Amino acid sequence: MGYTLNFNLIWRNFDKLWGGLLLSLELAVISIAIGIVIGLLLAVWYVSAGRVVRTVIAGYVEFIRNVPLILLVYLVFYGLPTVIDVAYSAQTSFVATLSLYSGAYLVEVFRSGLEAVPRGQIDAGKAIGLTPWQRLLHVRLPTMLRITLPALSNTFISLFKDTSVASVISVPELTYGAQWINFNTFRIVEVYLVVTAMYLFTGYALLYALRLVERRFRVAH
Amino acid sequence: MSTHANPALLDVSEVSKSFGSVEVLRSVSLQVTRGEVVTVIGPSGSGKTTLLRCVNFLESYDSGSIRIDGKEVGFRETGTRQRRSERDLAAMRAETGMVFQSFNLFPHLTAAGNIMLGLRKVRGKSSAEARQIAEHWLGRVGLAHKADSLPAELSGGQQQRVGIARAVAMEPKILLLDEITSALDPELVGEVLEVVRSLAEDGMTMVMVTHEMAFARDASSRIVFMADGGVSAAGPPAEILGAEIDNERLRSFLARFRASHF
Repeated sequence: MGYTLNFNLIWRNFDKLWGGLLLSLELAVISIAIGIVIGLLLAVWYVSAGRVVRTVIAGYVEFIRNVPLILLVYLVFYGLPTVIDVAYSAQTSFVATLSLYSGAYLVEVFRSGLEAVPRGQIDAGKAIGLTPWQRLLHVRLPTMLRITLPALSNTFISLFKDTSVASVISVPELTYGAQWINFNTFRIVEVYLVVTAMYLFTGYALLYALRLVERRFRVAH
Repeated sequence: MSTHANPALLDVSEVSKSFGSVEVLRSVSLQVTRGEVVTVIGPSGSGKTTLLRCVNFLESYDSGSIRIDGKEVGFRETGTRQRRSERDLAAMRAETGMVFQSFNLFPHLTAAGNIMLGLRKVRGKSSAEARQIAEHWLGRVGLAHKADSLPAELSGGQQQRVGIARAVAMEPKILLLDEITSALDPELVGEVLEVVRSLAEDGMTMVMVTHEMAFARDASSRIVFMADGGVSAAGPPAEILGAEIDNERLRSFLARFRASHF
């Protein structure tokens, strides 16, 4: 084998990767936060709405779930500005796309969680005189969150990895940093080994933190 | 029909209800005066639980009326049979307490937290005041030491006693008990019935659905026997559970019941 691994060029450009990782995390956190708001609002709306609203929400979810993320990213970044008169940076465009994307997945997670809240708990909330809003806030949502935590963790990790798609519109996140180093040094094996390790480590750290949260909130039955 | 001298606290009048083509309540009428303990017995599927759930409007009904302290429970008093707003329904339901067969405690709240939720959000009490009331009632049901335990850390009997405390802490005008010992292991039934007995002694008005005949005989002022969605017999325990009762259905229900329980 004539190829010798040489990481020197990677370390020399490591700021590209480190900055990229931080941006990846930032993109994930902002998009997931917006996605949670979208997901919660639509899930709550869905379970209490009539058929028209349900159909519209289900349509949004199905659309997002059946179109590859990379296509959505292209559609929003290149497609939308040609149709309507808007201007935004690649980063803003990606955050908007990933927010809509995570929102669709989270609607599903939250909706199934809300529907899994035992009927008896809702009856108990009614029986002590809680209004529908109070029942939602103090009975259904707390139980729903506990039911959905494991699924949420998986979705969050998945969304963190999905930030790599932002590289296709030149958002300088971690994968883009790797590509930049590759183009400039041709150290493709070394750079992707390092980047893989960085994704792996960060993903694992996130999972570990989320498992701690799960344990804290677990409801024994 | 209303007797002004002794108005019924709970007045169920000719209530009917169907689930699809199945008529679960057929023109049921039942009056309960303040301080009375009325036990509803009957074979499963006779409409007992549905009747109880109509009293606090967890179930709606098709015709008839249910009044608590003279106020129609689920419908506006405009004569048009219009369902009350959710806000009004919540306020009406706060006047009744309910204890469930499967306890239905809020799993994310401690024993005290379960009791405090309604006190704070519905009765508008401060956290400290609600805590004090919760501790008082937990003491009454023998669980003062479990105030900070989660439901999952409690036995079935303890959970059900918290369920009772949660209901009575709201100071309801009437307490509805829906087969509250049916999900319990036999050795835990006694501790729950003991709590109910002490509430009865305090003068709490109660309507309970139960299969505990001995308890029904000892603790109730009146027993109502339901069959096929209607009230088939009603009277004092001695009469209803006595040997001379002239009601073939009740006799065979009791005979079957005794055969399976002794």
